[in-house]
Amino acid sequence: MKAANPSPISEPHALRNRLSTLGSAALLFLGIWWAGHNLDGYQTRLLNLVAVNAILALSLNFIYGFSGMFSLGHAGFMAIGAYVSALCILTPAQKEMIWLLEPIYEPLAEFMTPFVVSVFLGGLAAALTSLVIALPVMRLGGDYLGIATLGFAEIIRVLFTNLAPITNGAIGLRGIPPYADAWWNYAWLLATLFVILSLLKSNFGNVLKSIRDDEIAARTMGIDTTAYRTMAFCVGGFFAGVGGALMGSLVTTIEPKMFNFQYTFNILLIVVAGGLGSVTGSVVGAAVITILLEWLRIIEYPMDFGFIRIPGIPGMRMVIFSVVLMLIIIFRREGLLGNREFSWNAFYDFFGSLKKRPDVHLGHLLRFLRLVKKLLAGGQP
Amino acid sequence: MSECTLAEDNAGRFTAKTLHGPGGSGGVAPPGGPLLELSGVTMRFGGVTAIDDLSLKIPPQKVVGLIGPNGAGKTTVFNVVTGFYQPQEGRLEFEGQPLAGLPPQKICALGIARTFQNIRLFAGGTVLDNVMVGCHVRRKARWWMAPLCLPVFLREEKSIKEKSYALLERVGLARAAREKANSLPYGAQRRLEIARALATEPSFLLLDEPAAGMNPQESEDLMHFIAKIREEFNLSILMIEHDMKVVMGVCSHIWVLDYGRLIAEGGPEEIRNNPWVITAYLGRPAEGGPHSA
Repeated sequence: MKAANPSPISEPHALRNRLSTLGSAALLFLGIWWAGHNLDGYQTRLLNLVAVNAILALSLNFIYGFSGMFSLGHAGFMAIGAYVSALCILTPAQKEMIWLLEPIYEPLAEFMTPFVVSVFLGGLAAALTSLVIALPVMRLGGDYLGIATLGFAEIIRVLFTNLAPITNGAIGLRGIPPYADAWWNYAWLLATLFVILSLLKSNFGNVLKSIRDDEIAARTMGIDTTAYRTMAFCVGGFFAGVGGALMGSLVTTIEPKMFNFQYTFNILLIVVAGGLGSVTGSVVGAAVITILLEWLRIIEYPMDFGFIRIPGIPGMRMVIFSVVLMLIIIFRREGLLGNREFSWNAFYDFFGSLKKRPDVHLGHLLRFLRLVKKLLAGGQP
Repeated sequence: MSECTLAEDNAGRFTAKTLHGPGGSGGVAPPGGPLLELSGVTMRFGGVTAIDDLSLKIPPQKVVGLIGPNGAGKTTVFNVVTGFYQPQEGRLEFEGQPLAGLPPQKICALGIARTFQNIRLFAGGTVLDNVMVGCHVRRKARWWMAPLCLPVFLREEKSIKEKSYALLERVGLARAAREKANSLPYGAQRRLEIARALATEPSFLLLDEPAAGMNPQESEDLMHFIAKIREEFNLSILMIEHDMKVVMGVCSHIWVLDYGRLIAEGGPEEIRNNPWVITAYLGRPAEGGPHSA
């Protein structure tokens, strides 16, 4: 009776699943290698954006979806990550050229670190900032937390506009070395996935979800809810900073105006559309929405249907996109995946059943592949 | 003997030593002091006095009950003991240690666990996840050890899972371990909430209306279940319950609250026949009317 049968608590096929994970990671890097040789600049850019957006979505989902804190300060964390990392990778010569109106704060002029350290420092700076914000803000719940964090992001933006000796003010930073290629971006995405999944799959993940589900019951169970909410906020802030750092190096130009509420909103959109509380949802959502946003550019070009001519309307894709979002919220509030997750067992079960009923599933698969192909092809203007 | 002082402490509407007549069966005198002692605890919300000068001693290793009409302040007592409310007056001592000012999570760490009147399970998790959350308070590894895959963390993760599963087996929910907690039938959810509380390794367990909404068969099972866990986990249980069959069946000692005041205490038999208790529950008999005591 006491000696519990170990099978119900250990995951079935653990070894197979671990090997599958490693195999697919290898496959991913093989894909990046292939993409480096075969895709043009535009497609590569899209691929990179997917990775960075996935990192940002994962970090927001960790805060909002898993720990239940409605945070709208993501653009602020990103800005901190982007600026700190940019300051670390710009060469002294570049810095001398950029800070024209006001000289750069002296100790920063010569400061340089390798890219990986810079991104890490960007994340660390964002995490420390979130720790400072967490102290007063963690006693707020629900919408109030959202408003407070939104205010924080605005403060960061205004600060960065006015701290010219450090941030070069409203002009921003130009010519940031474009180190953030697909290798770096996807390596950081995997690192993010690993850290967030290892936290969520452990009992600490259960603790975070319990605070989200019922804070009073969680406290009764001996959980220091403030401490764990702060932890989640800082871990999320760290990866938001990492995402911002990569984004800065990817677009090579950053300015305070770039990190406005719109940016937070885009990430929130990915998280909600992908599924609050689903890691898989965030990654899939980042891919789908990033590609869809590009694909929708077609709508902004002049169209000729023969009988009617539509002139190009800039901003039209945002209209369409908002309509799509409204439809998601009305008809599928839980997002694409709800809080379901990808699992290798489900994956292999699916292919097991594929063997039995190949006709049905193959049809699904082909339709899905055709959709993916269409989305990818449609992205090109 | 301790009961006498309790009775005397109670001044007010029901000033009376009705509690223990000369023949009052004591039987609760604990060897080596009480597990939990409340003395003179008063809890006010604005002008409302929810608990008025309450003193009681919970003996170790016993199932005891707290009853009273609706609004008598029973759940408030639970909230005071578990640290959700800080009383304006009075002292609380658990195993000789004062509880004043401690937040709920610290009190849980000391060994006091509770369940809720309206079940509060973590709806997003599985049955096993719920119990695992209960194990958290006893764990030693820190959260940052998780991404580093430190062996001490991995070992503890495994032992938490095993412990939780073993607990589920003991409360008869092992087969449902992987199901969503809120998909369980009502009675099973109650048992799961108790299992989750037991996972915190308490020496004192507070059950808030465990039999609420149960049919006679279910509450019968619950009585055996409560007696069983008291025995197996070697703890004290204080329960709030309206189902008198359950209260009288398992509790060795009962306190009765009315309007925040202790009006009676004693063994089940005494309480059943106590005129004050009957008055509190049923109202005063009409002048000259029949009164069955």
